[in-house]
Amino acid sequence: MNIRYFAWVREKVGIEEETIELPSNVKTVSDLIAHLKDLDDYHASAFEEEDAIRVALDQEHVEPDTELGAAREVAFFPPMTGG
Amino acid sequence: MPVTPKVKVQTEDFDAGAESGLLTSGRKDVGALVSFTGLCRDEAGTLSALELEHYPGMAEGELTRIAQQAIARWPLTGLTVIHRHGKIPPGDNIVLVIAASSHRRAAFEAADFLMDYLKTRAPFWKKEHLAEGGTGTWVDAKDGDDKDAARWT
Repeated sequence: MNIRYFAWVREKVGIEEETIELPSNVKTVSDLIAHLKDLDDYHASAFEEEDAIRVALDQEHVEPDTELGAAREVAFFPPMTGG
Repeated sequence: MPVTPKVKVQTEDFDAGAESGLLTSGRKDVGALVSFTGLCRDEAGTLSALELEHYPGMAEGELTRIAQQAIARWPLTGLTVIHRHGKIPPGDNIVLVIAASSHRRAAFEAADFLMDYLKTRAPFWKKEHLAEGGTGTWVDAKDGDDKDAARWT
């Protein structure tokens, strides 16, 4: 699955995007966050304040309990500050 | 027939007057036009620019979804949304929303709704560039923005 990061989440992870193989026990967005946190200190730091992170699945907003299903792209980012 | 919104995400500036003209020229059914322009401010001289990061694809997609909601909710004759990204100095334009309708209430409310939803749902993030040099912090989302958006539900 392709994973993209934006704004301070991107800066903390240290990369804009990456592709990872999902372990079979990763079903939901929350599962994926738990998996990413265990990868290394950079991911752990980016997801430290988990409640502050917003998620999009195939470029649409979703909640953390959403199943990843057949989605190709997931994005993690802070609350938006456009306008 | 419902109108098709004009949605653009771009680095270049926009001309609010010219965009307004496009929604009214040659028409006799437009009785009200509300235009909102958001600009970069220098926060009492401390900022040299704002850097706007966006999520290409989703930014256009989400702005279009919000615009479609406004069109479904108010009887609009036209709707334009333009959001810039990249480095924007104080005094320059960031965002433009223009709602046109036969009557003022729909135009006022649609423009207000668009801005409230755009601020909380469109994937853009502002980073400060400081007048004294260097980059500052990412701008924090405001609780008030969520409350403003909740007015419409």
